[in-house]
Amino acid sequence: MREFLDEIIRDRLGQDPASWALTQGVYLVAMMAAGIALTTFGALFAGLTSWWERRIAARMQSRVGPNRVGPQGILQFLADALKLLVKEDLISSASDRWLFRAAPYFVVAGFALTFVVLPFGYHLSATRMNVGLFYVLSVTALVVVGILISGWASNSKWALFGGIRAAAQVVSYEIPAGLVILVPVLMAGSLNLHDIIRAQGGWPWDWYLFQTPMGYAGFFILFVALLAEGNRTPFDLPEAESELVSGYNTEYSGMRFAYFFLTEFGNLWVMSAVMTTCFLGGWQVPGVSAENLARWEALHQVPGWFYLVSAAVFCAKTLLLANVVIWIRWTFPRVRVDQMMSLCWKYLVPAAMALVVLAAVTELMSFELFGEAARVQAPLFSLRGLIHFAFFAAGGLVPAVLFFRKTFRNISFVGDRVRPLSNW
Amino acid sequence: MSVEVVLFWLFAACTLLSAAVVVVVRSPLSCAISLVGTFFSLAGIYVLLWAHTIAVLQVLVYAGAIMVLFLFVIMLLSLAEVGPGTKLSFSRLLGAGAAVALFAALLGSILKLPVRPDAWAADPAKAAAFGTLDSVGKLLYTSYLLPFEAVSVLLLVAIVGAVVVAKSRI
Repeated sequence: MREFLDEIIRDRLGQDPASWALTQGVYLVAMMAAGIALTTFGALFAGLTSWWERRIAARMQSRVGPNRVGPQGILQFLADALKLLVKEDLISSASDRWLFRAAPYFVVAGFALTFVVLPFGYHLSATRMNVGLFYVLSVTALVVVGILISGWASNSKWALFGGIRAAAQVVSYEIPAGLVILVPVLMAGSLNLHDIIRAQGGWPWDWYLFQTPMGYAGFFILFVALLAEGNRTPFDLPEAESELVSGYNTEYSGMRFAYFFLTEFGNLWVMSAVMTTCFLGGWQVPGVSAENLARWEALHQVPGWFYLVSAAVFCAKTLLLANVVIWIRWTFPRVRVDQMMSLCWKYLVPAAMALVVLAAVTELMSFELFGEAARVQAPLFSLRGLIHFAFFAAGGLVPAVLFFRKTFRNISFVGDRVRPLSNW
Repeated sequence: MSVEVVLFWLFAACTLLSAAVVVVVRSPLSCAISLVGTFFSLAGIYVLLWAHTIAVLQVLVYAGAIMVLFLFVIMLLSLAEVGPGTKLSFSRLLGAGAAVALFAALLGSILKLPVRPDAWAADPAKAAAFGTLDSVGKLLYTSYLLPFEAVSVLLLVAIVGAVVVAKSRI
């Protein structure tokens, strides 16, 4: 972002950014503007997702869902926000007043801070931080601190149970997530989110998901771990309605309650964007190869449409993943606490550990075999390209085809008509 | 005054203020929350020193994992608020002595540091690599390999010890 601002100061304002007195002021204004824009995006996405999720839930349960406010009910979230804004902000007399009030801000801060590094398209992100992926992992820890405080400060047993469950769950699942995130990092040789994307390609067989077995297994481990970290079903134990009323946010009302839900829906974008970046090729546009892009950059002639198309590709992948998370919520029942714990510690952690070691060994071996060529994307019709494509076909397409065949069989076994395009 | 200087004073004030709150406030949970503030302000100072990696690790390890652990333990033990202790015991004296000694040692080494803010800024290649994961990792695995591995053995011993202690009670 700094280079971009320097360029604007130099070309548009005709000043030298190094010596101009107002350079720092321009930086400050730009940072404020970027912060406000990103937070607004997060809030809008969370609001729209709350409507979209209710519509999908209704569709899956043969109901109608919110369809009154605006076309198809799309403005429902504005009505909800208005209602929550004017509701009384109840603080029970037995609660720890200061911590009770502070907790939602911790949660929202942990959510909003992640947008500092998340990419939205080619060259579209607030910063290109050298330790971007670690940064995302570290600031999301604030969310769990906020949840824990809210559970404690409420001074209610349901809230406390919810808070402690959330802490145990998130701290446990951070370990497989943190380990498995190292697989794409090892393959790309960088923690910078843009570098990880640039090391992949536009076509599905260039994605890290289908490049190696470690990437393929790692994708699913990371998906499960992030589901648990985001308190999404089937891991929504911290707010299990049937056991804990509403979990850690039981005592909250009005806007403070809304902050918790804003974060939860907004986290859908964060987790999907991280998955897209690490395993699904990020903003890479199919057909635009790395050499193409490098040539454009060398000539300073990156076409304008590329910015737009790459952003569209990134958002499409992210929204698709977010949709899958919503489908999962309305498909699977909640797991038990002991199942949640044993899944993490007995299966995911050892598997993630093995994947990291395997990925490191593979990277070292391919570096020994192919030398510096192992760093760049292999063309499809070369030895490495063929190895990757064979794995893509065996590891990705075959299980997908088998899964869909099984699904269709199950549906037709019950006697329903299978309509692949309209049944979703 | 540049933005860096303003930010430094801001972060330094926040660090000292929240550190003071940790010592002064009675409720253990408020202390813990205030400690989160200290960690974050410290991370901000690290960023101002161009040590991004250390800053992120500070937040990841301390403000994230360790703090959650602290909060967890405080909640499970449900500590009662204790009044101010007035008795002068041996352990208190020992703690005070250790704190003073640590402060003296740190102050001595800080005073010995050469005050040359542009020492590494003169070398652009060194300045670009400073504080990145690459350079920190290379140092950890070459010059400081022995202390690094010694710490990991220490952590392993701590884990095994914790399992043994917990297992004997189950």
